[in-house]
Order: sequence, then C-alpha cells, then structure tokens
Amino acid sequence: MNVLYFAWVRERIGLPRERIDSQAATVMALVEELRAREDRYAAAFADISALRVALDQELADFDAPLAGVREIAFFPPMTGG
Amino acid sequence: MDVRVQDAAFDPGAELASFAIGRSDVGAVVSFTGVVRDRDGGLQAMEIEHYPGMTEKAIATIMAQAAERWSLAELRVIHRYGRLGVGQPIMMVLTAAPHRAAAFAAADFLMDYLKSRAPFWKREITADGADWVAATDADETALTRW
Repeated sequence: MNVLYFAWVRERIGLPRERIDSQAATVMALVEELRAREDRYAAAFADISALRVALDQELADFDAPLAGVREIAFFPPMTGG
Repeated sequence: MDVRVQDAAFDPGAELASFAIGRSDVGAVVSFTGVVRDRDGGLQAMEIEHYPGMTEKAIATIMAQAAERWSLAELRVIHRYGRLGVGQPIMMVLTAAPHRAAAFAAADFLMDYLKSRAPFWKREITADGADWVAATDADETALTRW
C-alpha cells in the first residue's frame, strides 16, 4: 500500500511517501512494524496520541483494520482555517 | 457547493461580490476571511501544507454536514496552501441562506471544522527558523459546541 507522511511526520521520516508491503492487520500493527524498522520511524511514531491517521483519505482510528486499504496517511493534528 | 483549494492568491472582495447573486431565495450572506497574523512579531511567512485529494473531500464532507443542519442556499470555501505573507488572506468561507441565523451558524460551524478536520498544516517562518503550528485543545473543544 502507499504510505504518506505530512508535516513534521514527513520531516522526521525524511520522505513524503513510500510503498510498503505489509501483512499488518491494523493501523497499530503497521505502526509497530515501522517503529521496529529504523530510529527515524521510532521517533516519528513515538507518541501515537500526537498523530492522526487517514485510510483511503478518510480519518480513521489506530485500531482500524487495513484489509483492502490502498492508501494510508500519517500526520499531526490538523491546523487549517 | 463550491470548494477551491489553491496556491494562488484570491481577492475576498471579488469573491463576495460574485457569491450567490441573482437568487430570489437568499436573504442573508455571511463571509469570513482568515488572514495571516504575526502573533509574536518577526513572522516572515506562513507555509501551508495539505493532503491533495483528501483536502477537497474533507471540505466537501464538512459542507454537506452544514447543508444538512441548516437551510442554506449556497456555500463556498476557498483555502490556500503554499507560502503566504503576513496580512494575506489564507481562506474564506461564504454562506448564503434565506435567514441570517442559518448563514451565521453555518459559517461558524464550517470554520470550527475546517480548523481541525481539514488536512492542512501551518508552519511559521521566522528569522530563527521554521515551526509547525500546534493544534490547541481549544480547537478540539470548539467542535463539541455543535
């Protein structure tokens, strides 16, 4: 699936998007996989309460299932307006 | 419903002048313009990042919710991204309704939701560097009003 990062999450990980092949069943399981990869991921995902997630461009929860999801995005709380 | 997410500057006066004209069912038009403010002095620019694709959908969803709640004739939301100078308009919400209560309430609702449910992230550029603007508890609390 395509994984997108925005704002300081993008900066910490060092790229705006990447393709990841994962069997993770939920968002949280994918986060655990990413954390275990490298320090920059561990740093970006250190505090989940400071992050939001969208699945196929809709806001979702970290316990949401990933079955059928094509695009997942991680970002900080939004500051529009 | 009209959603515009754009890099280009816009003219709030021209937007208002072209909004909901020639309709016999509109008795009230409300507009809100958000402007880049120098909070602490020394702001050189505001950079706004967004999530192309999701941004337009999220705004349309928020507008549809407003249209369900209030009797509205027309809605328009314009939101810029990219680099903006102090005093430049960031975004604009326009609502038209038969009555002013609905036009005011819908504009207020749209602003509260655009602040924390539309995927934009602001970064302030000063001589000391760049800082992401943090969302506040007040932004989230504002949603409980609705």
